[in-house]
Amino acid sequence: MAATAQDSQAPLRGPEKKDEDREDETEFSPFYGIDKGAVLQEARVFNDPQIDPRRCQQVITKLLYLLNQGEVFTKKEAAEVFFGVTKLFQKQDINLRRMMYLCIKDICPGADEVIIVTSSLMKDMNSKTDLYRANSVRVLCKIIDGQLLAQIERYLKQAIVDKSAVVASAALVSALHLLGNNAEIVKRWVNEVQEAAQNKNNMVQFHAVALLHALRASDRLAISKLVTSLTKANVRSPLAQCLLVRYVAQVIQDSQPGANGEQRPFYDFLESCLRHKAEVVIFEAARAICNLRDVTARELTPAITVLQLFLSSSKPVLRFAAVRTLNKVAMTHPLAVTHCNIDMESLISDQNRSIATLAITTLLKTGNESSVEKLLKQIGSFMSDIADDFKIVVVEAIRSLCLKFPSKQRALMNFLSGVLREEGGFEYKKAIVQSILVLIQEIPDAKETGLGHLCEFIEDCEFTYLSTQVLHLLGQEGPKTKEPSKYIRYIYNRIILENATVRAAAVSALANFGVACESLRSRIIVLLRRALSDNDDEVRDRATLHLEQLEGKAGGPEAVQPRVDVNLGAMEKALADYLAGPTDKPFDISVVPKAPMSTRGVSALGLPSGAAAASGAPGLPATSAARKDPTAEYAELLRSIPQLAPLGEVFKSCEPVRLTEEDTEYAVFCVKHIYESHIVFQFNCTNTIAEQVLEDVSVAMDLAEAADFEEAFTVPLDTMPLNGVGQCFTVVSRQPGAIATGKVVNILKFKVKEIDPSTGEAEEEGYDDEYQLEDLEVTPADYVKPTLLGNFRKAWEELDPTTEKEDEYGLGTREGLQEAVEAVIGILGMQPCEGSEAVPPNARSHTVLLAGIFVGYQQVLVRMSFGIDAANNVAMK
Amino acid sequence: MATMDPTLPLVKNLLLLDSEGKRIAVKYYTPEWSTVASQASFEKALWNKTSRTNARAEAEIIMFDNVVVVYKYIGDLMFYVTGNQDENELILYTVLQAFYESVTILLRQQVEKKTVLENLDLVLLAIDEIIDGGIILETEPTMIASRVTMRGADGEQAPVPITEQTFSKALASAKEHLARSLLK
Repeated sequence: MAATAQDSQAPLRGPEKKDEDREDETEFSPFYGIDKGAVLQEARVFNDPQIDPRRCQQVITKLLYLLNQGEVFTKKEAAEVFFGVTKLFQKQDINLRRMMYLCIKDICPGADEVIIVTSSLMKDMNSKTDLYRANSVRVLCKIIDGQLLAQIERYLKQAIVDKSAVVASAALVSALHLLGNNAEIVKRWVNEVQEAAQNKNNMVQFHAVALLHALRASDRLAISKLVTSLTKANVRSPLAQCLLVRYVAQVIQDSQPGANGEQRPFYDFLESCLRHKAEVVIFEAARAICNLRDVTARELTPAITVLQLFLSSSKPVLRFAAVRTLNKVAMTHPLAVTHCNIDMESLISDQNRSIATLAITTLLKTGNESSVEKLLKQIGSFMSDIADDFKIVVVEAIRSLCLKFPSKQRALMNFLSGVLREEGGFEYKKAIVQSILVLIQEIPDAKETGLGHLCEFIEDCEFTYLSTQVLHLLGQEGPKTKEPSKYIRYIYNRIILENATVRAAAVSALANFGVACESLRSRIIVLLRRALSDNDDEVRDRATLHLEQLEGKAGGPEAVQPRVDVNLGAMEKALADYLAGPTDKPFDISVVPKAPMSTRGVSALGLPSGAAAASGAPGLPATSAARKDPTAEYAELLRSIPQLAPLGEVFKSCEPVRLTEEDTEYAVFCVKHIYESHIVFQFNCTNTIAEQVLEDVSVAMDLAEAADFEEAFTVPLDTMPLNGVGQCFTVVSRQPGAIATGKVVNILKFKVKEIDPSTGEAEEEGYDDEYQLEDLEVTPADYVKPTLLGNFRKAWEELDPTTEKEDEYGLGTREGLQEAVEAVIGILGMQPCEGSEAVPPNARSHTVLLAGIFVGYQQVLVRMSFGIDAANNVAMK
Repeated sequence: MATMDPTLPLVKNLLLLDSEGKRIAVKYYTPEWSTVASQASFEKALWNKTSRTNARAEAEIIMFDNVVVVYKYIGDLMFYVTGNQDENELILYTVLQAFYESVTILLRQQVEKKTVLENLDLVLLAIDEIIDGGIILETEPTMIASRVTMRGADGEQAPVPITEQTFSKALASAKEHLARSLLK
């Protein structure tokens, strides 16, 4: 081997191995038919008194080949090989030695075996040969523990500042690995690492800079200092420069954004990196600029310019890197990317499909209204030859484009229906159908065409899930269109042709038409009759039920679309309680508190949920509507109780609070209702013991710790239902408009009647009993109703300055500002305005704007400034 | 590996597969593919996605399953370098270049499965010289090749820089040509 290395023309490996498998013409591998047992046998040559280095090298290669192919050596086998290899240290053969290093690393000896090689390796560490030193450092650091490390620390420190680049790199990289478990020791080498950072060799500099940063990783200030000194020093290594760009980006991220238009610290450095010789550095800097938080258009421009150059590079890797970065920028700054549109368009036909897809989605994000048709044409030609997961990306981009330019919905809708007809997997089809559904909901003009496309789609749809979804939508939306009759044919076809699940969905959809369109009802009835002889139970059942309903029986046509008129939250709770107890009796839905009748509910809820929708991100009305105002839900219930009616209108109802431990005999929840001069405590009680009947239930309150209240009256509950929810009320009064607070001790009082197990009837005589409930607190937040303000500053200025109050509070130690802000908002019970409840990451101070209405309908606005110091103490103003 | 500084560019694996997707030499550095089965399925998925693309003239790139892979084909061999999806693609590309160019030098331009298998030790050593536990150790192909062959280790002078080396090579072959033509 030594000879071949010097002879520059001969192949590095002699042909001796080739002959082994020559008889097999097709299989030329020297490892053909290799067998672990045989190789382990062969490994005995390591023990020969006369070591043949060539042969040993071959055996090691075979062993490594086996390892590489996934062969597993038992502990014993590995130990044997390892011992054999250690014997070879006596032979001074450089190429064999190199293979031994690799072999020891790959076999990874156990802790007790390491000791055998350490002395040999330490000898190599002091060898005159650079490559011996470098390799032995790497091997040793890989296999030793902390204790041994302390012994060789001296040599490693020397190695870090070794003249030879390969030794220095080996030591620095090993130190990076050691940092995980032996940080204390590595930290002592910082002076040597500093010196290595000045090394002229690119790789040594790179490794030294990485280690310097890793040593300071937890200390933000030290990192900032390091970055300052490194940006001034001359870092030549491209990789080290890349690291530096990353560190700078991190420092910028952690620092506060400069006030209006002021340049960020270090931005100049990033920009200068855009003019670096190495493409790696240019790209790293461009990427860092694009990822800056709140980046401005002006800061982006130079980065976009270099990325644009990369777009027309001959190297796919460069094109991909650039288009991927631009794609990300296009989400937040579509305008900045429009300059690249021409280059981007030529990438649509790129060989590399990843690049083409990224180019298209970027164009869809940046495109203006006039270019939509052209784009769609280009995409259409290419859709057929990309994978489904790319197609989904494109479909999603089209959907957002359509929402952006509703006037182009016709072209985009046509495109979607076109791709819907093509071959594709379930996920892809689902993405298209979902997109069309969203468009139908968001763009009124698109409804008719969208429904038409969906009708055609279900004519030939292999996915039951999608068919039923479309049919349901047709049932909902179809009757509201101008010409409902045209959808009936499509739906009825499903009843004839599809599987049972789809047929059932189609029956329900038809019935919906029958309800909403009186003119069609008679015809629908005829169609539904045909489904009566269906061979599936569910379809027959639905058809029978709907027929009855349409003919005016079983609740009449209105019952076809049953509205869930119960409070869903309470329903869930009741069901959970029901399942927790014995389930031999059927669940009784009537015990679930009713939500206000849907029509009234909508009007009552309309305002708050509408306001909430305005605050939520556009396009997500569904989630924001879920944040219903509890007050409206309870208002109806409270009004229905005669004793409570004279108290006036409810100002606010709070969230239910559990007053009992889980899994106790009785479950009690309390809801506080705030009135002008009273507070009504509503206790939702559930009995979980089947052997008892609880009657005349009320809650007595001990107001000793809440002096401002006076108990007014109670509304007892006749019987506490088993596994259902019954309400009893306790009313206390206070000064009108006053904010009385305090803690209330509650005792549940009731009369227990045992149920005779033989007859199942309750006994005549019962006895009184009490049950201690948990304390309840009335806090100021109960008196505040969160309100949304569009323009906080204006409202703030309009308020009379004399009513202003200012105070400072120390809040003690908190995890972070976000946690402190959330806690204070929770205590005050007010609505954060203008998105001020979100604290930017790593911020040292923050201002929160809160608005609310106090009992007595006074508006309250709060502006809170939070500050946090290094010890995480939070102060509030 | 888990405690590694997140700003440090890391390589998840280096793969050398044959034209049928079978592994020749591979090295994994992250715990994501800790079993042989998971490694095999990753290699299969990767090969299925990439084998029909043309990555001969220029290295190609693909992103899937939250990783970025740069790859290049030479002869009947496929070289792959995998990194985190947020990794700078050009750094991975530098590593890929180091990988296939150092192997090319070590195999004397005969980059094919047969020669790789015959010189598997050199390829394994090259991988070991390029990446150490996920960290990029060296990216200069001539440097890697000379370290693999332990050039300069037995007392001879340090490796000749690439420009001079090619020049001396050219001179040597010119001499040879001249001698042959004279002998005819």
